[in-house]
Amino acid sequence: MSEEVVFDTEGVRKNFMFLNRKAPYGTIYALEILEMILISAAFEQNTTVAFMDDGVYQIKKGQNTKALGMKNFSPMYGVVEMEKEDAEEDEDVEMVWRIVVEQESMEARGLSPEDLVLDVEVLPAAEFGALMAQQDVILGG
Amino acid sequence: MKFGILVNEGPFTHQASDSAYQFAKAAIEKGHEVLRVFFYYDGVNNANKLSEPQSDDRNLVKLWGELGKEHNIDLVVCIAAALRRGIKQDVLADGFRISGLGQLIEVGIAADRTVVFGD
Repeated sequence: MSEEVVFDTEGVRKNFMFLNRKAPYGTIYALEILEMILISAAFEQNTTVAFMDDGVYQIKKGQNTKALGMKNFSPMYGVVEMEKEDAEEDEDVEMVWRIVVEQESMEARGLSPEDLVLDVEVLPAAEFGALMAQQDVILGG
Repeated sequence: MKFGILVNEGPFTHQASDSAYQFAKAAIEKGHEVLRVFFYYDGVNNANKLSEPQSDDRNLVKLWGELGKEHNIDLVVCIAAALRRGIKQDVLADGFRISGLGQLIEVGIAADRTVVFGD
């Protein structure tokens, strides 16, 4: 096995966006991005968790995966909200956490913020795009 | 410039890993540095030493390992994604190591650019 490599990241705070574009089931992307988001919280970076295209279905209320025989992981998004609240309450760390949904994607699927398990900011495509342009790192699937 | 690379697909179904490999090679040839390549999702299959493509085709598992060794690139396979897909120490190809998702976030912070390959 190769040896561990460590980079010096002390004191660096970047803008990370986790871009969710895929439906929650059918592929593993949604679940594995969620795992990425939860691990990233320990690094205290500016974090935007973003949902567009079929990705908005990931946070739809009332998911029932029983017939699929798969684990319903939507309750895990509650941890994302907790991380956001922790970041907002932590006065020692100036860190921005946002949860955003692209308005056009949401509306095209007949959804409104009340249908979602997370308290989200709804951004029109142009603003969503502008927010993407401000990011240092965009991770998604 | 210092690059971090994320490979999100395996070596065959998608071209993503080929593109990432070509990108890494080209970047190094132009004098840039690739700090780390992180393999996630089905990308962990790029580290499976049991993979045996036909002899007249490229062997990405080997190519990644060689590129990593030659240019001192840290090739990291995500442990959570790997265990799901049966990639463990005993099938890990030369030049790769298994570690956690924190390694992806770390290189995202350390690199000037993080480039993602996948669908």
